[in-house]
Amino acid sequence: MEVQKTALYNYHKNLGAKFVPFAGYEMPIQYKDGIVKEHISTRTHAGFFDVSHMGQFFLEGDETLIDSLEKIIPADLKNLKINHSKYSFLLNNEGGIIDDLIITRTEKGFCIILNAACKENDIKQISQFLTKNHKYLLNNDLSLIALQGPKSVEILEKLIPGVADLKFMTGNNFQHESENLYVTRSGYTGEDGFEISISNKKVEKLIDYLISNKVNPIGLGARDTLRLEAGLCLYGHDLNEKINPIEANLKWAIAKKRKEVGGFNGWEKIKNLLANGSEKIRVGIKPNGKVIARENTKIFSSDNNEIGFVTSGTFGPSVNAPVAMGYIKSEYSEIGTSIQLEVRGKKYGGKISELPFYKKSYVK
Amino acid sequence: MSEKKFSKKHEWVSLDGDVATVGITKHATEMLGDIVFVEVPDAGKAVEKEGQAAVVESTKAASDVYSPISGEITEGNKAIADDPGSVNTDPEGASWFFKLKIKDKGEYDSLMSKDEYDKFCKENPS
Repeated sequence: MEVQKTALYNYHKNLGAKFVPFAGYEMPIQYKDGIVKEHISTRTHAGFFDVSHMGQFFLEGDETLIDSLEKIIPADLKNLKINHSKYSFLLNNEGGIIDDLIITRTEKGFCIILNAACKENDIKQISQFLTKNHKYLLNNDLSLIALQGPKSVEILEKLIPGVADLKFMTGNNFQHESENLYVTRSGYTGEDGFEISISNKKVEKLIDYLISNKVNPIGLGARDTLRLEAGLCLYGHDLNEKINPIEANLKWAIAKKRKEVGGFNGWEKIKNLLANGSEKIRVGIKPNGKVIARENTKIFSSDNNEIGFVTSGTFGPSVNAPVAMGYIKSEYSEIGTSIQLEVRGKKYGGKISELPFYKKSYVK
Repeated sequence: MSEKKFSKKHEWVSLDGDVATVGITKHATEMLGDIVFVEVPDAGKAVEKEGQAAVVESTKAASDVYSPISGEITEGNKAIADDPGSVNTDPEGASWFFKLKIKDKGEYDSLMSKDEYDKFCKENPS
């Protein structure tokens, strides 16, 4: 398959981006400043991220659309208000996570933001439940820009009046440059911020404005350190089709009503796990020293039994220490439990830690 | 102190009598990005030419540091293990990685000069 590029590819190039292949796209891993400076500038000022490789999937249809989607998504879509968003999943028959996503109710139906690497398969999976009364579109004419950090609201409000009134995980349509934009107050860094869905034709002008307000471009490298400090999962690393939401410590993301009533893929399995607990569970991990426990690092108990593995690990610039997440046998998952991490054949001490590592500042 | 010599794996070496000082080049730090972890060898450890001797990790990935010259480690630079970011600031000065007592000066002589190394980097961009 040919490598794809977002509408901003040349713009990134002119900003000095270093590119890497990611989910079939050439994406910036970092710009001139490097990962640590990009990370800190997002936490202290604001940064923008081109996340246009993610799928913007729109669904419309009659009242049966909700029933269809609820078979594969364990959110309470019936009670989801227009312009409100939820973090949820697509689940397979075993309760495994096909993808994690943000679903927003629109006036005509729903918009789902899908991970780039999963979007084609996701659509195949969702469309199995759709009928001739439902229409869907993966809109490739739209870019998606995340603006994240404490100054985001002040900067975006000047350009698009009204966005400051949005609360976390809600959105709305805004008129800008005689075009309709959809803006949600959301993101994946633990900071206050927005995601702006804008036509490919107008996106460069939006970025010009952000840069003129000293918003730095942020690559995938800092996106990873930011989301990991915020305790957020990355699909394909912390989540996959063999892991269910209970093991992933994400049972909060299954609607209360849906936990009780079910009616979605894998519910039998999930109901059982809700009652009895899972054998393994996702936890936060803090190495005691400076050693970085990266993905696939084996985890041992203090008496040298292998008890788990790391799924994401890096250096957290804002906590100024290494941080990691991984799966561990549930009996070792209590906060503060001492563990050992095997890095390059040597065992280093660490502890099970609370998540997030860095306090979230969402505007609720 | 002798002139600095350079390896294809982006280490530098300087020689003082039979004790060599080894570090990673500025070019290497630019490729690695922000350095966040360093592990240096303990005194007494024997290293082979082009054998793994230390570890450097950036926010992106972990890399091995090889010794361009064989010998016995006399000192690892604990200061850079305590402050890994200092390697980005002064890679070819205060932020050396280790010192070792060499066996064969011929190994040092066969490394690249500064000009040869700069040319090598230009021809092998990565």
